[in-house]
Amino acid sequence: MIEKALKGSNVYIGWLVFLSVLILAGVVSYAQQYQYGLGYTGMSRDVSWGIYISQFTFLVGVAAGGVMIVLPYYVHNFKDFGRITILGEFLAIASVAMCLLFIMADLGQPTRALNVLLHPTPNSMLFWDMIVLNGYLFLNILVGWVVLHSEYKGTKYPKWLKPFIWLSLPWAISIHTVTAMLYCGLPGRHFWLTAIIAPRFLASAFAAGPSLLLFIALVLKRVTKFDLGDVARDKIITIIGYAAILNFFFLGLEFFVAYYSDIPGHKHALDYLFWGLEGHDNLVGFMRLSLVLGGLGLALFWIPQTRSNEKTVMAACVLVFSSLWIDKGLGFVLGGFVPTPLEYVTEYYPTFGEILITMGVWSTGFLILTILYKVAISVKLEKES
Amino acid sequence: MDDKRRRFLKLAGLSAVAGIGAPSAFNLLLKGEVNASSPAPASHGTESPGSGHGEAPTGVRLGMVIDVNKFAENPGMAQKCVDGCHQTHNVPIFLDSKGQVNPKDAIKWIWKEPFENLFPDHSHYRRNDALHELPFLALCNHCDNPPCVRACPTKATFKQKNGSVIMDFHRCIGCRFCMAACPYGARSFNWRSPRERDENGNLKFIKNLNEKFPTRMRGVVEKCNFCAERISEGLPPKCVEATGDTGAMIFGDMNDPNAPISQVLKSTFTIQRKPALGTLPSVFYII
Ligand code: SF4
Ligand code: SF4
Ligand code: SF4
Repeated sequence: MIEKALKGSNVYIGWLVFLSVLILAGVVSYAQQYQYGLGYTGMSRDVSWGIYISQFTFLVGVAAGGVMIVLPYYVHNFKDFGRITILGEFLAIASVAMCLLFIMADLGQPTRALNVLLHPTPNSMLFWDMIVLNGYLFLNILVGWVVLHSEYKGTKYPKWLKPFIWLSLPWAISIHTVTAMLYCGLPGRHFWLTAIIAPRFLASAFAAGPSLLLFIALVLKRVTKFDLGDVARDKIITIIGYAAILNFFFLGLEFFVAYYSDIPGHKHALDYLFWGLEGHDNLVGFMRLSLVLGGLGLALFWIPQTRSNEKTVMAACVLVFSSLWIDKGLGFVLGGFVPTPLEYVTEYYPTFGEILITMGVWSTGFLILTILYKVAISVKLEKES
Repeated sequence: MDDKRRRFLKLAGLSAVAGIGAPSAFNLLLKGEVNASSPAPASHGTESPGSGHGEAPTGVRLGMVIDVNKFAENPGMAQKCVDGCHQTHNVPIFLDSKGQVNPKDAIKWIWKEPFENLFPDHSHYRRNDALHELPFLALCNHCDNPPCVRACPTKATFKQKNGSVIMDFHRCIGCRFCMAACPYGARSFNWRSPRERDENGNLKFIKNLNEKFPTRMRGVVEKCNFCAERISEGLPPKCVEATGDTGAMIFGDMNDPNAPISQVLKSTFTIQRKPALGTLPSVFYII
C-alpha cells in the first residue's frame, strides 16, 4: 500500500522536493540552535515562550479539529463523510507530529525529554499533555491505517477496532482541553487565567481543522479525480461556520469581562494585542487583521452565492484558517506574557533562524500529510474505478 | 563550628536544619528550647476566608524579612546584596557582540526593583515621593504553595522540608513552564552557555569563579535557592550577610517562636507580594 506514495505526477514530486528543501533549511537552523542554545531565538527572560509554543498550541487544535469529520460518520452514521474521515485522521497524525516536533525544538535540554516519563509528575499539566498527545497519535495511526488497509483489501474494518475509534473521539477533546490547562491554571497571568480558554480553544479548533481539511479536499478535487461530494462540503461549511462564530462570541465575552469590570490586570493583555500598551504594539496589526479575515471568511461561508461556489469556499477556508492562526498561533501565547509579572512590557520578535525552524516543522508536517493523503486517495480511487 | 555560625544558627532558630555532624550539646539545648515553648504560631494572617491554603504550623519554615528603611539609610547596600549573591552563585553576566549587557539573556537571582513594579496591585495614586526612591530587593519568595513546583513536569523544581524551593539543574529539561507559572518573575533561563570561554580559556561571562558552587549548563532554569548550600554549612544567606549588623534582612525559621524573624513578624506590619494569589510567599517587606 505504501508504495503508492512513491509514484506520482511531476507536480507531486516537485511539491515533495519543495518541502524537503524547507525541511533541510529547518534542520540546518536547528543544528545551529542546538549548538548555541535557545538564545538563538528571539525569546527572552520576559517572553519565555515564543513562536514554537504558539505553533504547538495552534496545531493541537488542528489535530483535535479532525474529530468534527470523524465523529458524524462513526457516531451518527453520516455516510457522506465516509470518503473523508480518513483525511481527518491523517490530518490529526500530521498535526500531532508537528506538535511534538515544536515541543522538542523548544526544550532547552532536548536530550533530557524522557525525564518527563522517568519522573512522572501528575500535578504538572505538561506531563498530562505529553500523555494525551502521544496517545492521540497512536490512536489515529492505528485507526487510520487499519481502516485504510481494510479498504485496500476490499473489506470492512475489523470489529476489534471499534473501541479504539470510539475512544479517539473524547480523546480529541482531551488533547485540546489539557493544552488549554497548560495556560489557564497559572496564577498571575491574567490573560490566560480564564475558564473560557478550553471552550474557546475547542471552538477555534473545530473551525481551523475542518477549514484546512476542506481546502485540501477541494484542491484534491482539482488535481485528482477525488471528489468529497457536495453534501459533505456543505456540511463541513456549516460546522466551520458555527464553530468560528462561537470562537468570536467567546472572544467577545473576554472583551466584555475585561472592559466592563475595568480591572487593569484583565485589560492589559487585550490592550496590548488590539490597541498597543505603553507604545508597544507589534501585534496590533496582526490581531486586527485576524478579526477582518475572520469576518470576511465567515461572510463568504454564510452568503448562499459564495457558499455554493467552490472558489469562494476555498478563499473562505484560507481566510478563516489564517484568522485563527493569528489569533491562537501568535496572539494567544505572546499576549499572555504582556505585561510581565513586574509590569514591564517586553516585545518579542522571532529571529530568522527561528522562523526557518518553524517552517521546517510545518514542512515536515505537510510532507507527512502529503504522503498519507497520497496513499489514501490512491487506494480510494483504485477501489472506485 | 565557629562562633559566627553558631550565633547565626541560634538567632535564626536553625540549628536543627543545619544539623552539622553529631548533635552538639548546643544543638540539643536549642532543640530543648524550641520544644519547651508552646505550639508555634506559624501562620501570619492567612486564615481569613478565601485566602487559600493555610500554612503548615509544624516543622521548619524558612523565611525572610526585608526592611526597606534600613536599605534607605545605607545607600549602596542593596547593590552589595545583589553582587554578593551573584558572585557567590556564579550568576553570569551575558554580553552581546558589542560587549554590552544583554537584557534579553539576563539572569537574576536578586535585583533592585521600584515599589510600583514589585507591588503592582497596590495603589500608586498620590503615593508619597519617598517610596519611589526606596531601593527594594526582589528575589524568589520561596512560596509555601509554589506554582512553579506544581507546573514542573520533572520535579526539577521542588520544595524542601524547610520550605525553600530549589532546583536540580541536572534534571531540568528547559521547558520553561515554571517561568510561565511563577507570578513574581523570579526565574531566569540560560539562553546560552554560561560556561563559554574566550581564546585564553577564561570564562567569558563569569568573573571570579566561586569553585564551591556549580556553574550551570545552557538550557536550564535557575533562581535564588535561599542559599541552601550555605544554610547546610551553618552560614547565613549571602545577601543577609551583606547587610552586616544593620538588620535590614532577617532570615530564619518562621515556625520557631523564639527566632528574631518570628518576633519581627509578630510585632511589625509587613507586606507580601501579590498575597491574593494564594502562593503564600515566605519573603516579607517592612516599608
Ligand atoms: S517566587 Fe516564583 S519561583 Fe519562587 S517559589 Fe514562588 S513561584 Fe516558585
Ligand atoms: S524548565 Fe526545568 S524546572 Fe522549569 S518546569 Fe521545566 S523542567 Fe521544571
Ligand atoms: S538567599 Fe542566597 S540565593 Fe537567595 S538572593 Fe539571597 S544570596 Fe541569593
